[in-house]
Amino acid sequence: MHLARVIGDVVVTRKDENLTGLKLLIIQPLTHDRQPAGRALVAADSVGAGVGEEVFFVRGKEASFPFYPPEVPLDASIVGIIDHWTIG
Amino acid sequence: MTIGKVIGAVVSTQKNRKFEGAKLLLVQPINPDETPRGHALLAIDGVGAGVNERVLVVLEGRAAGEALGKKAAPVDAAIVGIIDHIDFDASL
Repeated sequence: MHLARVIGDVVVTRKDENLTGLKLLIIQPLTHDRQPAGRALVAADSVGAGVGEEVFFVRGKEASFPFYPPEVPLDASIVGIIDHWTIG
Repeated sequence: MTIGKVIGAVVSTQKNRKFEGAKLLLVQPINPDETPRGHALLAIDGVGAGVNERVLVVLEGRAAGEALGKKAAPVDAAIVGIIDHIDFDASL
């Protein structure tokens, strides 16, 4: 999983039917010292995250697991909202 | 699998229910000579690892889910071992 900050959302009307009802957020992956780590991406939200929050997300096939049984075509999903993290 | 060093821990209250009871650690991937490689990632701890330990990490969903002991868990990384020592020869 990876650290990220939610920086926006995306509205999509015409889409795969299994994406219906999903909240799609724009997230910026972060390093452990809160610097941007690569490019922003779109992830489905499974935990009620909002813009400005720090979250962790999963990439790949596992991104569809929170929404099972529908086989949702996803490659990134937010699976937790971070309270805080500690280094060292 | 990849080699990493545990650098911290993450606390999350609101999360997917499959993560309940799981320990989430921040792991910095490292080369065999311990230089950092890429960005730190978040892994489920399946073996009781602690900060500053060198660990073995699986970066694949099914294997990581097995470390968590749950099926269809939305995880892609898990710590599956604590490294005692690494022997390698950079000239090979």
